[in-house]
Formats: sequence, C-alpha cells, structure tokens
Amino acid sequence: MLDYETLKFCWWLIIGFLFIGFVVTDGMDMGVGGLLLFVAKTDLERRVVINTVGPHWDGNQVWFITAAAALFAAWPMVYATAFSGFYFAMMLTLFALFLRPLAFDYRSKIESTRWRFNWDRALFVGSMVPALVFGIAFGNLLQGVPFSFDELMRVTYTGSFLALFNPFALLSGVVSVSMLLLHGATWLNMRTEGDIAKRSAKAGQLAAAVMLSAFAICGVMIAQSIDGFVVVSGLDPSGLAQPTKKIVELSRGAWLNNFNNMPLLWLSPIISLLMALLAALILRFAANRFAGIAFMASALNCALVIVTAASAMFPFVLPSISFPNHSLTMWDSVSSEYTLRLMLVVVAIFIPIIITYTAWCYRRMWRTVTVQEIEQHSHTAY
Amino acid sequence: MINETLVELSRWQFAITALFHFLFVPLTIGMTWILFIMEAVFVMTGREIYRDMTKFWGKLFGINFAIGVATGLTMEFEFGTNWSYYSHYVGDVFGAPLAIEGLMAFFLESTFVGMFFLGWDRLSRKQHLAGTLLMALGTNFSALWILIANGWMQNPIGAEFNYQTMRMELVSFSEILLNPVAQVKFIHTVAAGYVAGSMFVLSISSYYILKGRDLAFAKRSFSVAAGFGLASIFSVILLGDESGYEVGEVQRVKLAAIEAEYHTEPAPAAFTLIGLPNDDDMETHYAIKIPYVMGIIATRSLAEQVIGLRDLQKEHEPRIRNGMIAYGFLQKLRNGEETPENIAGFNATKQDLGYGLLLKRYTEKVVDATEAQIKMAVKDSTPPVAPIFFAFRLMVGSGMVMLILFILAFYFNARRQIETKRWLLKAILLALPLPWVAIETGWFVAEFGRQPWAISEILPTFMATSDLAVSDVILSLSAFVTVYIVMFIIEMWLMIRFAKMGPSALHTGRYHFENLSDDSSSLRQSNS
Ligand code: HDD
Ligand code: HEM
Ligand code: HEM
Repeated sequence: MLDYETLKFCWWLIIGFLFIGFVVTDGMDMGVGGLLLFVAKTDLERRVVINTVGPHWDGNQVWFITAAAALFAAWPMVYATAFSGFYFAMMLTLFALFLRPLAFDYRSKIESTRWRFNWDRALFVGSMVPALVFGIAFGNLLQGVPFSFDELMRVTYTGSFLALFNPFALLSGVVSVSMLLLHGATWLNMRTEGDIAKRSAKAGQLAAAVMLSAFAICGVMIAQSIDGFVVVSGLDPSGLAQPTKKIVELSRGAWLNNFNNMPLLWLSPIISLLMALLAALILRFAANRFAGIAFMASALNCALVIVTAASAMFPFVLPSISFPNHSLTMWDSVSSEYTLRLMLVVVAIFIPIIITYTAWCYRRMWRTVTVQEIEQHSHTAY
Repeated sequence: MINETLVELSRWQFAITALFHFLFVPLTIGMTWILFIMEAVFVMTGREIYRDMTKFWGKLFGINFAIGVATGLTMEFEFGTNWSYYSHYVGDVFGAPLAIEGLMAFFLESTFVGMFFLGWDRLSRKQHLAGTLLMALGTNFSALWILIANGWMQNPIGAEFNYQTMRMELVSFSEILLNPVAQVKFIHTVAAGYVAGSMFVLSISSYYILKGRDLAFAKRSFSVAAGFGLASIFSVILLGDESGYEVGEVQRVKLAAIEAEYHTEPAPAAFTLIGLPNDDDMETHYAIKIPYVMGIIATRSLAEQVIGLRDLQKEHEPRIRNGMIAYGFLQKLRNGEETPENIAGFNATKQDLGYGLLLKRYTEKVVDATEAQIKMAVKDSTPPVAPIFFAFRLMVGSGMVMLILFILAFYFNARRQIETKRWLLKAILLALPLPWVAIETGWFVAEFGRQPWAISEILPTFMATSDLAVSDVILSLSAFVTVYIVMFIIEMWLMIRFAKMGPSALHTGRYHFENLSDDSSSLRQSNS
C-alpha cells in the first residue's frame, strides 16, 4: 500500500503528466491555429491546415479539461485559489476558448469568403490568447501571487489583473506562444505538402529562434533577479492538508536550489533547448525527410519545458507573495488520502485505455492532407 | 461580512451559464443514440438512405455539439472562478466524479465524435458504427458522472467534515456512487435528453412531410423518432414519479415547496393542481386539490404524511441553535485548543454546523446571534415557494402534452396514415420547444429548490462564493450574456438553414433541392 506521502508525490507526477499531455496535443492545435493565417493563403489551403487536426482537436482539448478537473479532485485548494485569483485571466482564456469549437465546426459550413475568413481569425485568437495567458500565468506563479487564508480557509486575493503583465511574465508568455507555434509548425510540416509545408517549416525556424532566446533569458532572470521560495520549517510531507502552518522564506535565485541539489535535473532544460534546436535544424535542412523526428523533438521540448518549471518550483505549486507561509505546496494543499488513492486507481485504469484508443484514431486518420483531397470531399471535410 | 450583491450576481451567472449549457446537452444526449440506431440499420441492411439519414441528422447534431462543448468549458471553470470556497470546502468529494467524467466520458465522446464526422472514408462500416456507439456511451457516461456529482450536492452522503482541514472529506465512494438521488436523477435526465432528441427529429421530419419533400427520408426518420420518443417519454414520466418519491425521502423541503404545502396535512396528502402560494403569510390561496395523489407520489402509501413548510421550519430552529454550539467548538479547535472536551463537543454537534453557518449572513461570530437573527435564519431555511411550484407544473404539463403527441405519432405512423394527419404534423412542429421548456424548468426546480443550500444542510450558497469584487462579476456576467446571445444567434441561424435544406445539404444528388432548376441551386451552392 502506498502511504500518504508517496500518494501526494504520485499526484504531483500525474498532474504534471496531464499538463504535458495538454501541451503536446491541444497545444499543437493551438500552434496550428496560430499559424493558420500565415502558412495558408487560399481557402483550400486553410482547409488543408484545419483538417490536419480536424478529427482530433476535440479529443485533444479534453487533456485540458481533465487536467483542470484533476486539479479540482487532487489539489482543490490550488484549483480554488488559482481560478478565482486569476479571475480575469481565466475569463479571457475561457472566452477565447469558446471560439475554437465553433470555428472548427462552423467555418466550412457556409461558402462565403467573409464568413470563413472571420472564423479563421477566430481560430487564431482562440488559439493564441490561451497560449499567451497560460505562459503569463506560469510567469506569475514563479514570482508568487498575492493571496492568503482566513481562519475558515477562505481565500482572499489582493492582486490586480494588470499586475499580471510584468516583464518576466510577458517573457514566459513569449516562451509559451513560440513553443506552441514551433510545435504546430512541425506538425503541419509533417502532415501537409508543397507550399504549406514549406511555409510551416520557415515559420517553425523563426518560432524556434524566439523560443530558444526567450527560454534562455527566463533562465538567467530566475538565477539573477527573481526570488525563489524556500520552506524553512513546519512542512510535514505526510501531514494533513493544512497549508498555513509552515514557515517560508524568499531568497534570490532559490528556484535553482533543486537543480543544484540534484544536478541530474539540469538535463531537463538542456535537452529541452537541444530539442528545440534539433527541430529547427531539421526544418531548415531536411524538412521532408525527418519531419517525424522534428515533431517528436518539438513534443519533447514542450514536455521538458514543463518539467523544468515544475522541478524549479517543487514542492511549491502556488506560492504566495503576500503571505509566503500560506503558499500552496504539493504536500499540504492536497485532497485526503482516501481520495488520492481512489483517484490514483481510476487514473491507472483509464489513462492507458485513453492512450490506446487515441493512438488508434490517429493511426486510422494518418495521411498527408492535400488540396486535392479537400476538393473532393468539400462537403464533408471541415 | 457576506456581500449579498456578490452572492446574487454569482448565482445569476451560474444559473444563466448552466441553463444555457443545458440547452445543448439534451440534444447531444438524445441524438447520439438516434444516430446510432440509424447507422445500425444502415450497417445491417446496407440501405443507403439510412446512411444519408445518419449523415444529415449528424450535421445538425454537429452544429449543436460544438456549442455544447464551448459552453461546457464555462462550467468546468466556474466552480473555481466563482465558487472558490465551495471548491475548497467540498473539492475532496466533488472533484472526484468531475475528474472521472473527464477520464471516462469526455475523452471517449470527443475522440469518437471526430471519427463520426471525418472517419466515414477511413474506417470500415463496422468500425465507424462502433465509433458511433462509443460516442453515444461517452455522452451518457458524462451525464452519469456529472449527475453523481450533482446528486451528492442534493444528498451529501459518504463524506465527513474534518475540522483540521476545514472541509468535507470523502469516506465512502460507493455511497456516492449508489446515492439514490443520483440514480433517479441520471435516469430522469438522460431520458429527458432522449425525449429532446426524438422531438427534434420528429418535428423537423414533420416539416418535410408537410412540405411534401423528401418523403422517403422524412418518414423513415419520423418512424425512428416516434418509436424512440415514445419509449423515452414513458421513462421520463415514470422516473419523474420516482424522482418525486426520492425527493420526498431526502429533500422534504423541496417537496413541500413543489407542492406549496405550508401546513402539514393529515395523510393521505392531496395534490395541489394549481394555486397561488404566498411566502409572507405562508398560505396557498385559491388551491385546487386532487385528493390522495400527493401521498401516493411522495410516500408510496396512504398512511404517511407529507410535512409542510411551517413544521419543517420549526424543525430547523433547534438545529440552528445546535449549529451555534458546533460553531463555537469549531472556533476553539481552529485556535489550537484541541482538547478532548472540545473535540467531543464538536463531534456531538457537527451534523448541525451547516445550520449554524446560515447565521453567517447576519453575524460574523455566529455564537452571538440574537433571537431576531435566529428567526431570520429560520425563515431563510426554506426557498421561495412560488417559482418552484409553477416551474414544476410547467415541466409536468409539457410532459403530458408530449406524451399525447408521441402516442398519436406512434399510432398513426404504425398504421401508415401519418401523411394524412396534417393537424398532428403541425402540432408536432409547434411542440418542438416543449422538451426544452420541461428540461429547463426541471433543472430550475431541482437547483432553486435546493436553496438556501449549495450542499444540502452543509454549506449555505451565500458562503460558497469566491472573494471577488461586485464589479468583477458584473463585467463577466455581461460578457457571458452578450457572447452567449451572439453564439446562440449564429447557432440557430445555421441550424435553421440546414434544417430547411434537408438532406439536400449532403450533396448526394438524390434529394429535393438537387433535382430542381437553377433558382434553388443557389441555395444548394452556398451550403456545404
Ligand atoms: C446531464 C448531462 C450534463 C450536465 C448536467 C452537464 N453536462 Fe457538460 N456536457 C454534457 C453533459 C452534461 C455532454 C452531453 O457530454 C456535453 C454536452 C454537449 C456536448 O458536446 O457534450 C457536455 C460538454 C461539456 C464539456 C466539454 C466536453 C468536451 O470537450 O467534449 C465540459 C468541460 C462540460 N460539459 C462540463 C460540465 C460541467 C462542469 C457541468 C456542471 C455544471 C456540466 N458540464 C453539466
Ligand atoms: C446543466 C444542468 C444544470 C442546470 C440547468 C442548473 C441550474 C442551476 C440554477 C438555475 C442554479 C441557480 C440556483 C439559484 O442560485 O437559485 C444553479 C446553481 C448551482 N448549480 Fe446547477 N444546474 C445544472 C447542473 C449542475 C450540476 C451538474 C452541478 C454540479 C455538479 C451544479 C452545481 C451548481 C452550483 C455549484 C450552483 C451554485 C450555487 C447555488 O446557487 O446553489 N449544477 N444551477
Ligand atoms: C410528467 C411527469 C414528471 C414528473 C413527475 C417529474 C418530476 C421531477 C422532479 C420531482 C424533479 C426534481 C428532482 C430533484 O430535485 O432532485 C424533476 C427534475 C427534472 N425534470 Fe422532471 N418530471 C416530469 C416530467 C419531465 C419531463 C417531460 C422532462 C423533460 C423532457 C423533465 C426533465 C427534468 C429535468 C431535466 C430535471 C432536472 C434534473 C433532475 O433533477 O433530475 N421532467 N422532475
């Protein structure tokens, strides 16, 4: 039997896994949506781009839904605090997310240039706004957000919406957007041909360059100008979910402590950078031949960016800048032992099943999407 | 202190977004099965018209589905954004079914929806049919888990309050699964969805028959919908009765409100057909009653009483006083005075803690509540009656009308006379909104009838909100209203356009508008 402490650690891994699943699948759709207006010029070309993700976007989006629901189930205080604290950011994301299902489904139903072009723009906004906001939110997490609890554990949040847009957070936003654009570009390069594939490969190189520089600058800022959080005492990994009982201090560069204590972790940012570089090089020199490898490299890059951020913050998930002692960590803001164990079993059963049928569907739908094919199926394709 | 405006606005926002989400949900739930039935006939008989039916009704289903997904995202966010204390207080219990819903249902539904629309050429017939089945199952699983979550809010069993973490914690998952309220809710609600799907297909097919267009297509669709719909409406009504029985067991306040029963009547209780409930003098005026019926629905016997609101409020008063004591102990425990006496004292009273929290509306400290404040809390402990009373009658009334229509539709269809019964076809066309009327009023009864509780007898709604400024919610609420109206207009415009086109929208060359001369082909050209 796993004890409470191990369960909590498993859940840190699972939540991380779900977020990686979200970024690698739904993030790819967002990258594709972001590129749509630039890599495809004619209506048919746009339909080619859309149909590369057409059968999968909805299933991919469920990674996001499930990640949010898993937060609710496993880290309810994190769900409650983050969602209400970032109220406007969440609303902005939500309203942008409305656009995607409608755009995918409605765009090609009417043959009017204006109608279709407006939905293309909606798809762009619906893809890029969430990508940007998630990055900005991550940037703010690393700097801590202003919240505290009262004696009944009601959370009060004192930050403002505009304060979210500080330089470091904006830079994280750039990392997130460029990372997803690179990811979308490697996907389009792999699944299309001709002009679209060429333009995608170009866009991907640009995105990779931006991503590499922004990620590196973020790293330097974390070492030099951002305060990390450190638990000084009072945190019992096997204790109850009582996030107000520990003592936490801030110190410059402390987000690197975990890396220094466990040098193996450095592999994560390093490989991530190398993978982005590899993807860019393939797109430049061998876009046709190694398209699949470029895509895998980009997927690994996405995953490792998340791993890097999560290991920097470990065990924190939502640090409080106004009351550091009230910061939420993966040890003390979790659900009860019973719930964690139950949900672990559920996850262990369903994740393999989900991956199996998802893979099956991707396999069945796998092909290079071409302009000719869309022309032939102009009444059934998206 | 509690900000009443914030609470009101948060409730309005949740109510509007949930009711809006549920305009699209029932059609998805019902249509997936209808599509499966149609496609199964195609695969078994190989007759092309059934594939056309699947594809055409699938197009309409897709228009609805997209907006169902978009509005569902709101619901997923909203517990955290607007009900953050709720999320903290019950997340340990309530989050689990939501997460299971994602893992077990949404993935299945959403993955195979993609195969349904775009997999026709890439999957074998049997594979595609299996995909459609999985999509339908996913949809129904989704309803199952969310209703288990909702059923727990109505009847919160299998969980225990923990003063150390200041929240409810799960102690028995099987109790939550087997919660009788969740069971009847699930069946009543999905069957309501089947009714909505059937009525949708039935009405639009009637329109084609009335227009004399695509008759072979329309009559086959009509048959499927009439059969499925008749079975569904029977289930809804029989299980609505079961719902009434369950409510009678565990939510006596809601039942009394549905019946506008202020005074406990001697058994067997009469059913109030119609009347004018008045919460101020706690009387129902001009009531027309049918003897015996209520007693049978609510208690399944002629000997048991249905307790009236006046008596229920009397029962709540001692619980509120007890809740004050519980709250006093809780404060001591939270201050670190975890002595055995305090723990024992708290454990002895904690089942009434929720009633104590009702006083939070009037006093921060709770333990110092005055007699006047206790009186007000007692008054708050039951919901306003009139809206529930009328909403319930609207639901049942719509159900009765639909029952008659489905019986007639089934009967004349079986006798192959449906084309000649134009009055019936017109009535069915007009009845298209009825399932939605019943469904929305049904949810209203269930949710408004739960007030003042967010979690029955545990967490008052006014405590459950996030710490937001009133202006925050005004802004988000206005944005929701505006954006939802725009989305609704776009959706309805597309839906009506495609419904009017009929199967010609498939461009197979076999249907009405495709065999006509040029002027109508412009319509054909502009729809894909
Ligand atoms: C009885 C059924 C039912 C109820 C009460 C609700 N839903 Fe729903 N929901 C569905 C039945 C459904 C569905 C049938 O599965 C939908 C509707 C249309 C659709 O496309 O899927 C859906 C879609 C849907 C989606 C998008 C899923 C996807 O991408 O496939 C989310 C995130 C939610 N819902 C979340 C919620 C939440 C948090 C609710 C609680 C207030 C809620 N729904 C009430
Ligand atoms: C989709 C169908 C649903 C509809 C139409 C619906 C309708 C409503 C309405 C009208 C209200 C406002 C009640 C009031 O404040 O007077 C409400 C509140 C609420 N409902 Fe539902 N509901 C639905 C499903 C659910 C489900 C499935 C859950 C939980 C799993 C849920 C949780 C809540 C919560 C948390 C509130 C806010 C607190 C409250 O006002 O009690 N609802 N809902
Ligand atoms: C005709 C007899 C009917 C009866 C006696 C009946 C009874 C009930 C009752 C007692 C509730 C409240 C359950 C609760 O609060 O837990 C309810 C809710 C509801 N009803 Fe009905 N109903 C009937 C018809 C219908 C019809 C025809 C529809 C739609 C087609 C419908 C759709 C709903 C829905 C969606 C809910 C909310 C979900 C739930 O609580 O189950 N009902 N019904």
